[in-house]
Amino acid sequence: MDFMSYARHVVAHLRKDLRIEWRAKDSINGMLFFSLLVVVVFSLAFDPTSYPTVARQISGGLLWVGLLFAAMTALNQSWSRELRNHVLDAHRLAPSSASTLFLGKALANFFFVSAVEVVLAPVFAIFYNLHPLGQSWLLLLILPLGTWALVCNGTFFAALSLRTRNRELLLPLVLLPISAPALLAMTQATTAVLTGDSEPGLWLRALVGYDVIFTTLCMLLFDLVLRED
Amino acid sequence: MQTRSIPKPLIWLWLVATFVVLAVGYYQAIFVAPPEATMGDIFRIFFYHVPNASLALVPPYINLLASIGYLFWRSSNPARAMAADALAIASAEVTLVLTSIGLITGMLWARPIWGIWWTWDYRLTTYLLLWLLYVSYVLLRRMSSSGQTYTLAAVLSIFAAVDVPITFMSIRWWRTQHPGPVLTGGQVDKSMLPAIFWNIAGWGMWTVFVLCFRYALERRRQGLAATKAQEFLSEGDARGY
Repeated sequence: MDFMSYARHVVAHLRKDLRIEWRAKDSINGMLFFSLLVVVVFSLAFDPTSYPTVARQISGGLLWVGLLFAAMTALNQSWSRELRNHVLDAHRLAPSSASTLFLGKALANFFFVSAVEVVLAPVFAIFYNLHPLGQSWLLLLILPLGTWALVCNGTFFAALSLRTRNRELLLPLVLLPISAPALLAMTQATTAVLTGDSEPGLWLRALVGYDVIFTTLCMLLFDLVLRED
Repeated sequence: MQTRSIPKPLIWLWLVATFVVLAVGYYQAIFVAPPEATMGDIFRIFFYHVPNASLALVPPYINLLASIGYLFWRSSNPARAMAADALAIASAEVTLVLTSIGLITGMLWARPIWGIWWTWDYRLTTYLLLWLLYVSYVLLRRMSSSGQTYTLAAVLSIFAAVDVPITFMSIRWWRTQHPGPVLTGGQVDKSMLPAIFWNIAGWGMWTVFVLCFRYALERRRQGLAATKAQEFLSEGDARGY
């Protein structure tokens, strides 16, 4: 298959997912409210405005934990909607490569989580009274790279857990151990920007490496997960 | 399904030899090796910690190779693929047992020496993540329905294998940025060597035994499941379905 038709299939899958979400807005609304709740619950536990230094040190981790759990709710939904009316079986029979379905779905999820971040990041800064001491423009690199690391593997493992008995439960159990290095890299990079204590460059490079390796792996192995009976 | 089996006397011989070597190892570790200069008798935990913790790094490779073998043979040679899968689950569970022993003995040692049960030192963290990865592997196998388990587990095994070196590197970077307590390394005294050697040999033999035992068990389970499916099918035939 040549590149153009491959790209066309990816875009077709992506447009379908975006259109469904645009009409229902289930995932985005759910994620937004969920992550807002996470922000509130954590500030009840830590009282960030009274301790600005502590807030800078921990809020990078809190932001990613909130996003991770919010993304998890959307990832499960994104595949279970394909089960209705046996859409997934139709995908299995489709003559296009399985990885186009994966890429389309992962890109759609990436857009949804990024949209949540656009809203959540300012809210976070306000509620936690954050004044980043490092180069805050670097967050424009860290957030998308970290989001892709979560969403790429998340989409893959959501499809994998779709074929098991307790799928909602299994996704975090499998995704979290695999994502541990990515989580470490994104929280460290974010904390480095917020506190200004260290350089986030190493962690940014680690995130790029993680993204490249696992995107390749997911695309290579997705056919096995989708078509195997 | 046919399985080649090892003669029973040989298995018993291996088991008895394992116990003998372990007994010698115990004698060497507890009675012969002198107390360590600074740590005293607590050091003797090392004779159990080091063999189990280092042996735990071997079965993950078997797990990966067996998983690749399963994916490779699954349509061309299903019988061999099933054998590979049995080896994969056996090695994953043995990894879990060994890492658990390594973690627990390490913590028992850390409490009196470091004064804390646990520290986020890079070696400990990597080890914990290795343990977590194999717990999730075993959980996936538990939670998926029988027909799909093998492929999904093999896929996860490949992911885990790719993940381990990345985890190792990133945690190393993390801990070099924030220095923490480091294992006080140093030359091991010659008088300790026999105890270390006997225990590594003994626990290695034990590991091989448990691995083979678990493999044989899984092969029997597969055999039973296949027979049951066959009976079910022939019953259907008899009723004219």
